[in-house]
Amino acid sequence: MMALSAWLWDAVFAPFAEFAFMRRALVATLALSLSAAPLGVFLTLRRMSLLGDALSHAVLPGVAIGFMLSGLSLTAMALGGVAAGMLVAAIAGLVTRFTTLKEDASLAAIYLVALALGVTLISGHGTQLDLLHILFGSALGVDNQGLLMVAGVASSSVLLLAAMYRGLVLESFDPVFLAAAGRRGWLWQQGFLMLVVINLVAGFQTLGTLMAVGLMMLPAVSSRLWHDTLPAQLVNASVQAMLASSTGLLLSYHLDTPSGPTIIGCAGALYFMSLLVAPGGWLPRVWASRHRVA
Amino acid sequence: MNRLFRKLLLAGVASAALLPCASFAAEPIPVVASFSILGDLVRVIGGNRVSISTLVGPDQDAHAFTPKPADARAIVQSRLLVINGLGFEPWAQKLAKSAGYKGETVAASKGVKPLVMAEEKGQADQGHDHDEADPHAWQNPNNVVLYARNVAAALSKVDPAGAVIYQTNASAYVKELQTLDAWAKSQFAMIPADKRKVITSHDAFGYLAAQYQIRFLAPQGVSTDAEPSAREVAQLIKQIQREKIRAVFVENMSNPKLLAQLAKDAGVTAGASLYSDALSAARGPADSYLKLMRHNVTQLAAGMRTN
Repeated sequence: MMALSAWLWDAVFAPFAEFAFMRRALVATLALSLSAAPLGVFLTLRRMSLLGDALSHAVLPGVAIGFMLSGLSLTAMALGGVAAGMLVAAIAGLVTRFTTLKEDASLAAIYLVALALGVTLISGHGTQLDLLHILFGSALGVDNQGLLMVAGVASSSVLLLAAMYRGLVLESFDPVFLAAAGRRGWLWQQGFLMLVVINLVAGFQTLGTLMAVGLMMLPAVSSRLWHDTLPAQLVNASVQAMLASSTGLLLSYHLDTPSGPTIIGCAGALYFMSLLVAPGGWLPRVWASRHRVA
Repeated sequence: MNRLFRKLLLAGVASAALLPCASFAAEPIPVVASFSILGDLVRVIGGNRVSISTLVGPDQDAHAFTPKPADARAIVQSRLLVINGLGFEPWAQKLAKSAGYKGETVAASKGVKPLVMAEEKGQADQGHDHDEADPHAWQNPNNVVLYARNVAAALSKVDPAGAVIYQTNASAYVKELQTLDAWAKSQFAMIPADKRKVITSHDAFGYLAAQYQIRFLAPQGVSTDAEPSAREVAQLIKQIQREKIRAVFVENMSNPKLLAQLAKDAGVTAGASLYSDALSAARGPADSYLKLMRHNVTQLAAGMRTN
């Protein structure tokens, strides 16, 4: 018993007790798991699973303008990034609302324009610095400021999601009904996109692109294999993201592997496991069809 | 005798007619250098016989360079392209080729004994599956002696009339480089060998480290696109605390957050920045190669004295 608890202490708790950077990484990833993974479920529902990737490029013009106005100031570039992300998401939403284009198509168009604008701004200003590389963080380099930002964004986004939950569900499943009922569907859509943007941009800057997008999307995708109802999917996604974050951090510590990819690798392992054994996965379906035949 | 004299005279007239601008220095020779440190070198050796343009300017990162049409035009209109070589600017040859450049190209690092990219023990198999030459050879002034001679030879080939001037300028510069090397040695000699340890975010100082027996510790992935592991960061923090390293330098060309935060966890504040791959802007602390080296050596020695 003593030996087991000593082993448990060394394997699970000692890394966090000893090193502040491990604690900060854990808190930041858990906070992001809580707020971003449920948003990811809504994104998959709306067939916008690739929004995160698009957005990691779409912030570039804002970052460039921040750089042009005040040099290599991380705050200015971060604010610029948020502004650009919001603008891109808002324009994509409006295009969807007023034309026949779907959300994914309008987003693809506008993020490419934004990326081109960003590259032009940067080279027009004559700089050859990789601004996004300078701005985007990594899980092990979270500072107190970054921690506060992620925690603040996560808290407010969970509360806002709760507040707009009913409208958002209606808008995602039955936009026609919402419009017929005279509600303003575009408000829910825009609000939702803003939530996604601040979560992603906060994630890019504290944890990096892979972590921000990975924690938002992978658990969300695999949670849909487990449950039919939306609330259960939302909770499942958050739990999977938290499990992947803590396991991945510990594995990165013990096995000496890069932390971001390890955490996302854990989320990927959970996904493949879900593909096999979850109710919506492969094995239960094979099982069910065989019984039906017999 | 008479016929020989006439032949010589004719040859003289012919060559004067063929080389109207170059030999009489009416027009300076257009030279393109790939990045700011080479630009400085060509300016010193070419003097007013050359007009120099650099593709990657001061405070810019050569790794993130994206060429513009103006760059291609500068290359095409030049008569000599000076690159560092050793894989530092893989885009330069491609750009010259696609621009249709027909002139001379010289790798300034020709003849330098390349070091292998610095990697911590036991990690050599991660990230790189083959030995990569460290291109940052200019961090050792003795290598820049070779750089200066290579540039002088290349300029002389393009502009034979100026050969004497180029050789004179190169020799004078070599003397300055030797003074610099001796001065740097004397600065570091005052510091005991076990205190010559520095943490940086950019592993560009391999040649400096080898020349002056300094140990540079850089968490892998802080400097490159690769990401560090949690264990690596933990080990570095322990090492900083155990060996009481106080000399931590942050580079402004990569994300400084990880190293700054790591230093803070270990109870150290990150010091001034070092210049590795680019000069500072004009009138900055490192707007020429000699000033860059003096700045770095001063900062490093000051940091190591607190170890």
